[in-house]
Amino acid sequence: MDWMMILKAFVVGGAICVIGQILIDKTKLTPARILVAYVTIGAILGGLGLYKYLIDFAGCGATVPLTGFGSLLAKGTISEVQTTGFIGAFTGGIKAAAGGISAAIFFGYIASLVSKPKIKKQ
Amino acid sequence: MKKVGNQSYILNKPVNIAATASIVGPKEKEGPLHQFFDQCLEDEFWGESSWEKAESKLVKEAVSMAISKSGIASSNIDFCFAGDLLNQCIASSFGLRETNIPFIGLFGACSTFVESMIIASALIDGDFATNTICTASSHFCSAEKQFRFPLELGNQRPPSSQWTVTGSGAAILTKDGTGPFITSFTPGKIVDMGIKDANNMGAAMAGAAEDTLIRHLTDTGREPNYYDVILTGDLGYIGKDILIDLVSSKGYNIKDIYNDCGVLMFDKEKQDTHSGGSGCGCIATVFSGFVYQMLQEKKYKKVLMIATGALMNSTSTQQGESIPGIAHAISIEVL
Amino acid sequence: MKAIQSKEEYQSYVDAKTPNSPILKNCFNAFWVGGLICAIGQIIFGLCKSRGIDETNSYTIVSMTLVFASAFLTGLNVFNKVGKFAGAGSLIPITGFANSIVSPAMEYKSEGYVMGVGAKMFTVAGPVLVYGISTSIVVGLIYILLNTQSLVLI
Repeated sequence: MDWMMILKAFVVGGAICVIGQILIDKTKLTPARILVAYVTIGAILGGLGLYKYLIDFAGCGATVPLTGFGSLLAKGTISEVQTTGFIGAFTGGIKAAAGGISAAIFFGYIASLVSKPKIKKQ
Repeated sequence: MKKVGNQSYILNKPVNIAATASIVGPKEKEGPLHQFFDQCLEDEFWGESSWEKAESKLVKEAVSMAISKSGIASSNIDFCFAGDLLNQCIASSFGLRETNIPFIGLFGACSTFVESMIIASALIDGDFATNTICTASSHFCSAEKQFRFPLELGNQRPPSSQWTVTGSGAAILTKDGTGPFITSFTPGKIVDMGIKDANNMGAAMAGAAEDTLIRHLTDTGREPNYYDVILTGDLGYIGKDILIDLVSSKGYNIKDIYNDCGVLMFDKEKQDTHSGGSGCGCIATVFSGFVYQMLQEKKYKKVLMIATGALMNSTSTQQGESIPGIAHAISIEVL
Repeated sequence: MKAIQSKEEYQSYVDAKTPNSPILKNCFNAFWVGGLICAIGQIIFGLCKSRGIDETNSYTIVSMTLVFASAFLTGLNVFNKVGKFAGAGSLIPITGFANSIVSPAMEYKSEGYVMGVGAKMFTVAGPVLVYGISTSIVVGLIYILLNTQSLVLI
């Protein structure tokens, strides 16, 4: 087990979340807007080829936050463009991120079948 | 009924409040007023399949409880005035569709309860009705679903947010009886203070409450201490502070006799309700439970209830509109 | 206090009256919970790698595992408590994305499985996908424009 990498993931991932927390508390952005901002910034940084340095440094500390999801979309697009050309701009992104998206939709559907929302007791 | 000043009315013959009923949810049960409510639910579904159905049941049960307490046959009730927060007021209309009482649906956001009492007492005073029923309801879960986020979304509520009360209050107003009595009222104007933050309703509505309160006092020539207690519903902690400031800037001191239903409803520290309670059901249940009992026991003899409402919906918020406020005042006295 | 004259004056008075969120505490919680989620991801990643799974697939497995965990906790009515405590700490990682799909799906079940669960599932996640995917397509198109010589256009 690479403990150094786990520590780096912890610190970088935590720091990315802190930026989000400051946005929540200091601006009146809703969670949806913050997630949209993160995914867009991630896709831009990924497109510029900058985000991969953060991934090389911190591993899941960079891929697990939603900026990582954005950069994955951009990275997938670019590599698909390289192999299949123009059509790749439209197929690459979702292809690369398919695992996460499909899992969220499927598990979300299953959870809605078996579970009912409950009031926050606190 | 005669008009005094710009927008206040004094009833010729005070209107009797014959009976009240209040039903609240499980969180309200843990609050400081729980012993005043007629019924506290154990869960927010109340055996129904949706929160909307549960809210309709709250209305239905509160109304039938108030009717049976008053001893008046429901065929002798001339009007039912009701309102809630759900789109097109379905909690009231679905809850009351089997009552066979002429129904008038109202929307005044959280001011609905006092709005309904104003209309009912004007009709009774003018001999257009003998017995009426007034009711309003809200449900935390159905309100969150409609106005905010899904319950299971892992978000944080800002400190200025208020907690929608799950509950329904109903009052039977009659021509004759032994009191407590509605003696005068001041319907409010729409006041927009330019607040756009839907998580700070207290601040958005405080201006309307100030306008109506000052209007009521000037029109009737009364000082705040004419009343034993002035209650707003539901400005919450922040709105309450703001109202005290706003009113003091106009030269009135209400600090010692003033409170807010949203503040009374929950224990802020223990229940983590941030700025306090809100929703149509808040003032409706606090009045029907707590205030009515205080009046019957003559612990309060003169009460001014000012119900405040934020006249917005989720579309107007998304379009960046500011939140207009409304406040209606009604004075209730033991004669 | 003196009378308030304008809406701007009232707004700044209200801002001063409204308590702020406990930002230091919130940031601390967001940091360690968010960091912990990423660290768990890194551990899963390490396990995948040690079994000889390639890097891309390992990252996908990490995402799917965290998405499952988030959906599971949401279904158990626990995730909202985590979110209330951690704020952005559980929102920003992919767990927040999953929670934003699962929570409206559960909430709107009462409106049926098609227009309730099926449609409302994307109230928060929809915009995320729209902007993420659109940005990535723009990125791809720009990449094509900049590299036309080296690419075979179909």
